[in-house]
Amino acid sequence: MNTISAIEFSGISKSFAGVPVLRGISFKLGAGRTLGLVGENGAGKSTLMNILGGNLLPDTGGMVLGGTPYTPQDPTDAARAGVAFIHQELNLFANLSIAENLFLAALPRMGSMPWIDRRALHDRTATLLGQVGLAIAPETLVEQLSAGERQLVEIARALALEARLIILDEPTTSLSVRETETLFSLLRRLQARGIALIYISHLLEHVRQLCHDLVVLRDGEVVAQGPIEAYDTPAIISAMVGRSLTRLYPERRGASTTVPLLEVRSLTQLHIVRDISFTVHRGEVLGIFGLMGAGRSELARILFGLDSAQYGEVRMREKVINRREGPRERMERGLAFLTEDRRHEGLCLEASIADNLALVSLREHARTPLRLLDRNTWQQAISTIRAAVRLTAKVSDAQSVQTLSGGNQQKVILGKWLLAKPEVLILDEPTRGVDVGARFELYQLILDLADRGAGVLMISSEIEELTGLCDRILVMSQGEIRGNFPRTEFSRERLLVAALPREAHA
Amino acid sequence: MPSSRPSKETAGLILPGVLFRRALGSDYFVLGLCVIYALAVGPFTPGFFTPENAANLLSTALPLLLVALGQMIVLITGGIDLSVTSIIGLCSVTGAMVMNPESGGLGGDMLTVPAGCIAMLLVGMLVGTANGFAVARCRMPPFIVTLATMMGVGGFAVWLTQSKAINQLPPAFNALGGHTGIALAITALAAGCVQVMLNRSVFGRWLYATGHNPRTAHISGVPVGGVLIAAYACSGMLAALASVFYTGQAETGSPVLGQRILLDVIGAVVIGGTSLSGGRGKVLWTIFGVLFLKLIDNTLNLLSLSIFTLTIVKGAVILLAAVLDAWRIRVAGHPA
Repeated sequence: MNTISAIEFSGISKSFAGVPVLRGISFKLGAGRTLGLVGENGAGKSTLMNILGGNLLPDTGGMVLGGTPYTPQDPTDAARAGVAFIHQELNLFANLSIAENLFLAALPRMGSMPWIDRRALHDRTATLLGQVGLAIAPETLVEQLSAGERQLVEIARALALEARLIILDEPTTSLSVRETETLFSLLRRLQARGIALIYISHLLEHVRQLCHDLVVLRDGEVVAQGPIEAYDTPAIISAMVGRSLTRLYPERRGASTTVPLLEVRSLTQLHIVRDISFTVHRGEVLGIFGLMGAGRSELARILFGLDSAQYGEVRMREKVINRREGPRERMERGLAFLTEDRRHEGLCLEASIADNLALVSLREHARTPLRLLDRNTWQQAISTIRAAVRLTAKVSDAQSVQTLSGGNQQKVILGKWLLAKPEVLILDEPTRGVDVGARFELYQLILDLADRGAGVLMISSEIEELTGLCDRILVMSQGEIRGNFPRTEFSRERLLVAALPREAHA
Repeated sequence: MPSSRPSKETAGLILPGVLFRRALGSDYFVLGLCVIYALAVGPFTPGFFTPENAANLLSTALPLLLVALGQMIVLITGGIDLSVTSIIGLCSVTGAMVMNPESGGLGGDMLTVPAGCIAMLLVGMLVGTANGFAVARCRMPPFIVTLATMMGVGGFAVWLTQSKAINQLPPAFNALGGHTGIALAITALAAGCVQVMLNRSVFGRWLYATGHNPRTAHISGVPVGGVLIAAYACSGMLAALASVFYTGQAETGSPVLGQRILLDVIGAVVIGGTSLSGGRGKVLWTIFGVLFLKLIDNTLNLLSLSIFTLTIVKGAVILLAAVLDAWRIRVAGHPA
């Protein structure tokens, strides 16, 4: 191995208002190698990477980048030193073109004139796009690109800065399987060019595919490090959570019945979903698997009255739901919907935990004559549900939900719906961006709900999660249901085959 | 180690930082500003610390507070209501026409004054509901909707009176509207109702949720459209109530009554701490905001500064409040 490391951390510590977040982090990454950085939410990964990216200053400790001391005061310093940070929430200007995004800091000029050299801009961008394998005109506006293409543009921008070290934070969360493959083959080409990568992800499978080395953080300390081959998945997980999780999925105590709760018949919306029919039974956890764009989320939105359908019938407990009924009416029928976009559709981010939890079930606490809220029963309900969803005890009810980790935010949304005592709970990607420990708790809550006799419709892109939890899995592709697998017939291959789009019909 | 230095620097800053943070976050921050301002400027202002001045301050602050409370409700939903001043004018004209012995036809009937007041409140509610309907059902931006209403309704009020003021209001009405004690009682009652509504009613919680995130609110079963309509109706009605007092104080029905207070209304609410981006606002904040703005108005008037100077100073103060608001949000966004 090369003796000069790409990056070396020695004794990095950082506290916020007296609370230590990082404690003496030391490790190094060899030149041209890829490091998988894993840990639960709140373990300190983001803080460490923000220090590396120049967004934060460490309290103590130092870094050495490619053999020279490295003390970035701001992100510009980091960029100049060749460190590029690709955030989970991409930092592209959607209203500008790809070329403008890539060269925003240093647009090529016509000599010393204040005009932009369009040709140079075009050519340089085209070269970079070629390097990342994106065959799109440099003038295309970023808002027209898919999530995967935007990710590649971000990497092209890192290349434009001649980055020697690229940090990727959860780059695959909004990518389809195919886009993820494209991204990975690009990352492998970057590895071959000798660019060092730090790859942060909750998906250990991806980390294993891509990385040479592994660092596990827990409570601000390095708890495991070394070549990835030295760790199997259970070992990584037990290092992350600090205990060994014997099971990834909780045990199911109840069982599915044959009493229908939610019945969907021939539901159709042109170009979105076609002839969808299925039934969710009392006590059943029904999974919907499919690739991105298969129409799963769209189906869920139609079921909850957020979007409309042209044909078809939906019944809840044998009563037909009127097509025009909105979320409010469907809620009263016993439906609940946890959307895939928790920040924009699941939470009021600036509002308090208590207000978010109570939002759906407010009217239960209104007391006549003036329909005023009964603070006692309200407070009681909130305390009960906080305990039930095992929300972290570290925060008070009055704290805003934006300060919570992804897993805890998801628990708040789930708690909010559980307070409404739903008969059928629709979950769209409930564990996206949620760490292993919190996942297990979410799974437990979902199964508990089914055990108590509710029906659960769970949409997910992760086959493991669905086969671990569901009684039955439907597979969607191109807006249609292409498979219905009972638990005895679960197999990764068959589910994937059913999910792949077919050639266009005549 | 090169980077051990910053921690020492921050150590010295922690205590004042925490105190400052607490002051910024406190509900009584603006009240504190009021006290500091009064103590600093009062001694140099002739006639400031007199009972007459206090009464005068109160009588002008009360109707402003009513309008400001309505504005606050709309701001909490993330909207804005620019039409309040025109509503005040239209209500004033309507009430005066109903109560005027020549145009109203009710003569000296006992019911004249109640009828006039009810007509004013109804008109206010109606205009507000129309605003709310355009915002909620037609999904138009509140700024444009209420700007159009401001011009349309304002113009309509002028047209109704052919730009003449309507005098000869019943003495009972002038006594009612011009009486500071009654105004105080009714404003206190209105503020109390708004306070209870915001904090203890389902509607109040829906209002905040809609302001924080209308999409989340909709998916969580909040009738977002209805909430918006009700918010604008409240604002219209509170403006109408204020119009009763403005009209009574002036003893005239005038379409241009309160024409100049729009900035005062929005300024007072925002100085109080209610966020222009929605989701945040408290009755107490608005009371202090109105008090602060009125204090500035009052002292500058007593110093007999010109209207131009007064406007400049007020503009600067509102700007300062906006800066403080931005700070507060930043502080709230970074809890320790």
